[in-house]
Amino acid sequence: MPAWLEDIRYQFNLNFVERNRWRFITTGLGNTLLITLFSLMLGVLIGVVIAGVRSTYDKTADTARPTFGRKVLGFFNGFCKVYITVLRGTPVVVQLMIICLVIFAWSDNGVALASLAFGLNSGAYVAEIIRGGIMSIDNGQFEAGRSLGFNYLQTMWHVVLPQVIKNVLPSLMNEFIALLKETSVAGYAAVRDLTYGGNTIAGQTYSYFMPLIAVALIYLALVMSLTWVVGRVERRLRSNDH
Amino acid sequence: MTTDVLIRVKDLEKHFGKEIHALNGVSAEIRKGEVVVIIGPSGSGKSTFLRCLNLLEMPSAGTITFEGVDITDPKVNINQHRQKMGMVFQHFNLFPNMTVLKNMTCAPVTLRKKTKEAAEATAKQLLERVGLLDRAGAYPNQLSGGQKQRIAIVRALCMEPDVMLFDEPTSALDPEMVGEVLDVMKQLAREGMTMVVVTHEMGFAREVGDRVIFMDGGRIIEQGTPEQVFEHPQNARLKEFLGKIL
Repeated sequence: MPAWLEDIRYQFNLNFVERNRWRFITTGLGNTLLITLFSLMLGVLIGVVIAGVRSTYDKTADTARPTFGRKVLGFFNGFCKVYITVLRGTPVVVQLMIICLVIFAWSDNGVALASLAFGLNSGAYVAEIIRGGIMSIDNGQFEAGRSLGFNYLQTMWHVVLPQVIKNVLPSLMNEFIALLKETSVAGYAAVRDLTYGGNTIAGQTYSYFMPLIAVALIYLALVMSLTWVVGRVERRLRSNDH
Repeated sequence: MTTDVLIRVKDLEKHFGKEIHALNGVSAEIRKGEVVVIIGPSGSGKSTFLRCLNLLEMPSAGTITFEGVDITDPKVNINQHRQKMGMVFQHFNLFPNMTVLKNMTCAPVTLRKKTKEAAEATAKQLLERVGLLDRAGAYPNQLSGGQKQRIAIVRALCMEPDVMLFDEPTSALDPEMVGEVLDVMKQLAREGMTMVVVTHEMGFAREVGDRVIFMDGGRIIEQGTPEQVFEHPQNARLKEFLGKIL
């Protein structure tokens, strides 16, 4: 066996097989997937609510009467604006550390805290994606719905949202992909995600090449499969584009 | 005749911001079964007036009484009254994600609690009347402009409205498709539907209109039978307007 091949074998053994170090990778991968999934769900939830408030406020600006309900909506609209500005205007790592190391310093449930941090952050981006989707629908669609007698929510539900979902699905899935990679900074708050796992191995073996390449390849494989799915979805949406 | 008044508009004003006064005190009555055609140069406020009738534009001042109810009253549920006021738009505004049949049945099923079968039966009858029964399963982007507008008309009719509002229904159509839409509107007028039509089609106004209203600068300048307005115009601006377009 040539010396370089022998070296690779040795490195592989040292980093993954010896003392079951591969487990750092699998546990980390599991956590990364969990964090991504939970933060995606939280992000979509927050995003839909914020987009709903923001676009309702904007859409009804010239028709609504200055009632108490309008003032309440105005207050929430202002709150959502501040939320989006703050969450998009500060680095996600800083937000993560504030949540894990300041606000919830007493908790050691890293996966839950990281999900919360990335979910809150992602919500701000998802909100703008969905709001953009709603505002891109021709106002004539709203007017047609309202003129038939639908109220605002019914018009949204029956007429506008089905069109919005179709328009924003590709962007949402791209946000999902970005989120997956973003979670790699979870280690800053000692959350044991995939990157943290690779780093832990490297810290034990003093050998960075193999663990980090393995981590990178796993991210790449995940992103490539998701990209493939996005492509399929986009093509399907286009093919029954009526 | 006052009992026959379907819509009574009093001192209607609409301002956009501080600068633009689209309507400056418009008062008018629309009687049952009447076809009222509103003409006037662009920017005269005729579309704004029409859109105020079902509160798509919120009037800045004045009242609109529809079937005895002041619908500008904030306590009134406008959605209920809009069900009785069909509207047809310049750009059709069909729902692109629904088939023709779904476009027509969506509102009656949701708002009138009609069964799907009953709503579809009504829709198909209407489609047959406008000669588009074979397009029931088509999506709006598979239709021509004239077909889209005919669908938009019968979609509004599916709610069995008491009045139909037309906002320049033929202005976005290719010339050869104007006729088919006007034919449907003429048929509707013959059946006794109350109609308020904003249009540039003077032939239609002359032939079908019971009353023609000429608007300019956010005011009603002159109104009367088509004969009075077109053959014996009194106002200088109306004469100038007619001179340009006839």
